[in-house]
Order: sequence, then C-alpha cells, then structure tokens
Amino acid sequence: MIKKEMIAMLLAGGQGSRLGVLTSKVAKPAVSFGGKYRIIDFPLSNCINSGIDTVGVLTQYRPLRLNAHIGIGISWDLDRNEGGVTVLPPYEKSTNSEWYTGTANAILQNIDFMDMYNPDYVLILSGDHIYKMDYEVMLDFHKSNNADVTIAAMPVPFEEAKRFGILITDDDRRITEFEEKPENPRSNLASMGIYIFNWKILREALIANKDQPALDFGKHIIPYCHDDGKGRTYAYEFNGYWKDVGTLNSYWEANMELIDIVPEFNLYEEYWKIYTRNSTLPPQYLSGDSIVEKSIIGEGTSIYGKVFNSVIGCNVTIEEGVEVHDSIIMDNTTIKKNSVINKSIIAEDVEIGEGVVLGTGDEVPNETHPHIYSHGIVTIGERSVIPAGISIGKNSMVFGVTTAADYENNALGSGKTLNKVGEDD
Amino acid sequence: MRAIGIILAGGNNYRMRELSQKRAIAAMPIAGSYRSIDFALSNMTNSRITRVGVLTQFNARSLNEHLSSSKWWNFGRKQGGLYVFNPTVTNDNGFWYRGTADSIYQNIGFLKESHEPYVVIASGDAVYKLDYGKVLEYHIDKKADITVVCTDVVTNNDGGRYGIIKMNDDCRIEEFDEKPMVARTNTVSCGIYVIRRRQLIELIEKCAEEDRFDFVRDVIIRYKDTKKIYGYRMKDYWSNIASVEDYYKTNMDFLKPDVRNYFYKEYPAIYSKVDDLPPAKYNYGSNVKNSLISSGSIINGTVEDSILFKKVFVGNNCTIKNSIILNDVYIGDNTTIENCIVESRGTIRANSFFKGEDGVKVVLEQNERYVF
Repeated sequence: MIKKEMIAMLLAGGQGSRLGVLTSKVAKPAVSFGGKYRIIDFPLSNCINSGIDTVGVLTQYRPLRLNAHIGIGISWDLDRNEGGVTVLPPYEKSTNSEWYTGTANAILQNIDFMDMYNPDYVLILSGDHIYKMDYEVMLDFHKSNNADVTIAAMPVPFEEAKRFGILITDDDRRITEFEEKPENPRSNLASMGIYIFNWKILREALIANKDQPALDFGKHIIPYCHDDGKGRTYAYEFNGYWKDVGTLNSYWEANMELIDIVPEFNLYEEYWKIYTRNSTLPPQYLSGDSIVEKSIIGEGTSIYGKVFNSVIGCNVTIEEGVEVHDSIIMDNTTIKKNSVINKSIIAEDVEIGEGVVLGTGDEVPNETHPHIYSHGIVTIGERSVIPAGISIGKNSMVFGVTTAADYENNALGSGKTLNKVGEDD
Repeated sequence: MRAIGIILAGGNNYRMRELSQKRAIAAMPIAGSYRSIDFALSNMTNSRITRVGVLTQFNARSLNEHLSSSKWWNFGRKQGGLYVFNPTVTNDNGFWYRGTADSIYQNIGFLKESHEPYVVIASGDAVYKLDYGKVLEYHIDKKADITVVCTDVVTNNDGGRYGIIKMNDDCRIEEFDEKPMVARTNTVSCGIYVIRRRQLIELIEKCAEEDRFDFVRDVIIRYKDTKKIYGYRMKDYWSNIASVEDYYKTNMDFLKPDVRNYFYKEYPAIYSKVDDLPPAKYNYGSNVKNSLISSGSIINGTVEDSILFKKVFVGNNCTIKNSIILNDVYIGDNTTIENCIVESRGTIRANSFFKGEDGVKVVLEQNERYVF
C-alpha cells in the first residue's frame, strides 16, 4: 500500500479575470512571471523543496498551456514512481456530473485521488501567489499543536486588513474567530489561502457538506471544521515575501520588485531554487549600441536598443533605436526599430511594428474595464500584431492581429480597448 | 537509425595550458550555454542515433558530472541510451586507454552487443552541426570501408595541428598525414568516421593483436591503400578546440551574427544540461556592449566584446574587455580584465588588474569568497 505523510492539492482552475487579456487564453497559474517563470512554478517548487513529492493539480479553465508546462513534472523532479504530479481535470460521472463549482468542491470530486495515497495530512494550495515557503515547517507547527486545521496567515498593515480574510487568535495562535473583509479589523493576520488539514477531518467535512452548492474552503469547510471554536484550528504566521498577483497592477509591481538591487524576493540564492520548464537556450546578446540598466533579461534574447527598469522574457528581440521603460515583455516577442514602450505589459509572441509608441498621452480610465486596465498600464495580449507607426495611450488594451485600418489617425487613445479576437475564441 | 555512436572524449592537450588542470577538453564550456561535447551529442540525437557510448579518461570528473543524466540530449529511452565508459581494470587488462583504438578495444563488448550495422565515431572537442545520416548515406553510396569527414581550413602553415588529407577526384583518400611539419593541402580531417560495425570490430581486434593503439595511425593511415577510405567534405562551420588560442577564437566566433544564428536559431538545436538559473540581471551602472551574457549573471560594470558564462557576478566599476569569463566567477569592484580567460569558480578580489599582453592570458584566482 502506498503511504504518504502529506500530499498537496494545488487549485489551478481559476481564470483570474482581473488579469484581463493575459488570462484570455491561459489559466492564471500559467501566466509568465519574472522573465522565465510561470506563476505555478512557485507553489510547485515550494512543494518539492519542502519534501512533498505528491501533488494533484486541479485544472479547469483553459488548461492546455498549464498541462503542457507541467507535463509529467520533470522540471520540478516530480516525475516519481509513486506519487509525483497528477493533473486532475473535472470528469464525467454516471450521474451528477459537474464542473468544479468551488474550491472545496474541486477537492471533494477528487477524494479517490487522495485516498490512493492514504495521507495523514493534505495541504491545500492555490496557484496564484509569488512566495517561497517551507510547508514542512508549517506541518511541524500543525503537528505540535495537535491541530485539525492550520491556516497560513501573514500580518498585513491594519489599514489594508479590510481587503483580506482576517484570523483572530488567542495567545497560542488558536483561531477563535474569522472576519471576512472587516470594516474595523480586530487583528491584522490575513489568511493566505494555504491550509493543512488532517485528512480524516477534511474527508469527513467534505462529505458532510457535499450537497452545498459552490462548496468553498473559506465559506463552508473552514467554518465547519472550526465549529465555533470546538475544532482545533490554528494560524501559522508567515513573515516572508508573499505577493498576490491577482490584478494587472500587482502583477506589474511584483515583476518590478525583482529588479531592485537586492530584491526582497531573491531568485539568485542557491537555497530554495525556483524550478521551471526550460529547454536549452543560448545566452543573451547585447549589441554594441545597446544600453540595459536595472533590468532582468531571459535567455536567448537579443537587445540592440535601450532597456530600463524592465523584465524581459526569453527569445525576445529588441531592435535598434527602441526604448523600453518600466515594462514587462514576455517570451518570443519582437519590438521593431525605433519604437518606444512605456509602462506596458506585452504578452508572448507579439510583434510591435517600427516606430510604435505605447503608453503616451494623459491617463484616462479605461472605458470598458476600468478596474482591470488601470494605473496607466498598456496591456497587449498574446500573438497580437501592432503595425508600424501607431501610438497607443495609457490604460488601454490591444488584443489580436491589428492593421492600420483598425486605428484612427494611427492612434488609439488612452482608456480605449481594441479586441480583435473576441471574448471566446 | 542504422548506426550507433562512439564519442572519443578522453583526450587532453598541453596546449590547453592551465585550462586542462580542471577538465577534459570535451567538458570545456562553449558559447555561454554549452560544453564542447554537447555538439557531438546533439548531432547524434539530431541524426536519430539512439545508442551512444562516450569514452572518457583524462580528468573526467567534470565531464561525468555533465553527463550525469542523459535526458538533456533525449537519450535514456527504453531503446538505446547514453553509456559512459571510463577505463576499468579487468582480469584481462590492467591498462589505461593507451590510445583511441585501444579505448574502443577495451569496450568492444559495446560494439559486439549492438545490432545496428554501422558506427559513427566522433570526437568530443569540436564545435559543429552535422547530420551523420547524410555521411552514412554517402558512405553507402561510395561503397566505402571507412568514411572520414573533412573540411577545408585556412591553415596559415599551421597544418601541424591537424590530420591533412589529399583526395583524388572521386574523393578517395590518397594521402593522410597526421600532424605533418608542412601541410600539403588545406583539407583536414574532422575526426569523424563512419564505418561498418563488423569491419570496425575486425580492424580493432587486429590492432590489439599487433599492439597498435591509435585509430588514426594504425587504422586510417595503415589501411589507406588496401581499404576504400573516402572523404566527406563538410562545408559548414567547424572548429576544433586543441589550444587556448583555438578555444578563445571559437568562443569569440559566437559574437558574429552569422555564427550565432547558425547555432542558436537555426534548426536543429544544440542541447545541453539545463541549470535552473534565474534570468540575468543588469543593475545601475551596467554597460554591456557586443557581448553574450548567460543566465544567473549579475552585472554592475562595463562588459565589452566578451562572453560571460553562467552565474558570473561583475562588481561596480569593473571593465571587462575581449575576455571570456567561465561559469560561477565572482569579480570584485574596480577590477579590469582584458584579453583573458577567467577559469570557472574563480573569485577575483576588488581592485585587481589582469591583461593578456601578447595573446590570451588564463586567469586562475581561487580566493576566498564571501557569500551573503
């Protein structure tokens, strides 16, 4: 019989719609990050670095890129004879087939998978945070408290606490109460959405609540296990770097934090490496006229222009006369001659024509999605083409192969959206 | 594929000077991302040769480490695989490999147990792309006993370092001078051979009986009049690493756009062991011109016309010109390095000055490194 002390279940099925066009074709965990990584690399690397070699990845929204990235888990050493990584999509049953309708519902539908490994503990993770964390230390904490459930939590400034689920604990870190996005928070310990359950207790809780629509950890399972303080629920305080990259602005910020002289989140340490799927790529070439300052640049990229304060992916070409400021440019994108790129997020396989200017003009709120495309960021979706000589304003979005005819006077004003692909294609 | 592969990676050369203290030539880092043997290994896998033996001997630690997994080159399948043969002492044999033919003889079981009809022999110290399948087709077309891949070089009276070949109009090899004083042609052997497996076993066993150990001298040259030995002319980039100067020049060739595109962008790709390193980072004050920078590096100073391998740290106010900095080198602030090759894992103190005055200088600096 197979026996694993703890297995991890990684929730990677969400769209992450606040990332706008970046997640129109891929699930959020598969979005590129930091020049060569994808967001899911962080929890997966944390698992293997913490000694967890069995991980179920629950997928639902547009899983192709995610599946291709994970493969059989070789990149994270998760190709194992027993355990390793298993991708778990929703499946048809003889009666009552359904999609994953909530975070806990997804786990409920995979009870058989967890039973296979006969674990003592199950770690629930989500695929949308950038952090390094030793889950084994959290498990030690869980065991030493003889807890039923342990929730990882980090202290946040009180003024921000109202955006989070807040945990109120006694002196032993035992949770007495929960507050969801409280107006006047009584504590500043914010839940990070990382849970360790005793498997028996989780299994029982899932089955008891199986008919609950949109079964959710935060709304249903945790309160059920907490049982008004009768259950042993604990908060594990985490004080390292942890960044939610749920919005375009937080995604942009988290990328920019990597280029500080000594970044708070340091990828250059030997200890606790972050792994990703990578093929052999050549070094990067910087030409005689290039200038690169305060930037990180991926493998195989060629730079003939100027790059400041930016995160550039792999196999990108930045031609002569180009100036890139404060931007994120993902893999395989080409920026042609004499273009100027200001505060932009440019997805994979994009072609920006000669003399294009991105991020010009005044800041005007986006007309259609003001909460997504904000903070002056220009966002260009994957495989887009922008023809030569176009200028594009702030808080704007372009997606698809565009031609000069799509623009008025060779320009797209601030706050405009130009989507030639459509919502569902 | 109807052939197995053998890569001769045991050699070393006094002309590699200090660089040979650490590793065999086959393990020399090339062009930022690769090691010399990657070219032969990738050519094998790209030619769909699935069973490859690597013969190592000299200072093989670094090479063995590089070959610790065969998956990088897509070997290690249920059919075929990558086999590393270090010399071993057996009941019948107590010698090191006494030459290339002897190294094959000591592992003749590998040849005898295969079923593929042909063998491709290559060396681990050259930088090139070649479809061995094409050479094999040519070999069969010509009904040759042995086919030797050759190329034309600009010798500058430097024939002494190559095997010089003279062919007739049908490309049959008439003369083969191993490292002559004066080269009679500018056609040189690339050290790549195609031969029928049974023929090779026969020739190698004959050599062993007669106490002959060298493949070139005792097989190619000795049999050139009785066996049909043909030359296959290769036209694309080929560079052999036999000295510090060759090594420097071969690396610097990658600063030329045509060479870079040929190896980096054009199909098929060259594979290598993948390190999980973060992207390269450029801080304020970094000033990089016409250079190749590999992943995991952090640049604070000036780098011109140079190649930086993986995990190189360049401190503030440094100037690095016309130099090759190998893997995992730490360069302290205010240091100047010109016309040098800095050996891997070196630590260069702040305020140092190194300059190759006449020719390339090899820098070995193993100081204490303080890691934060």
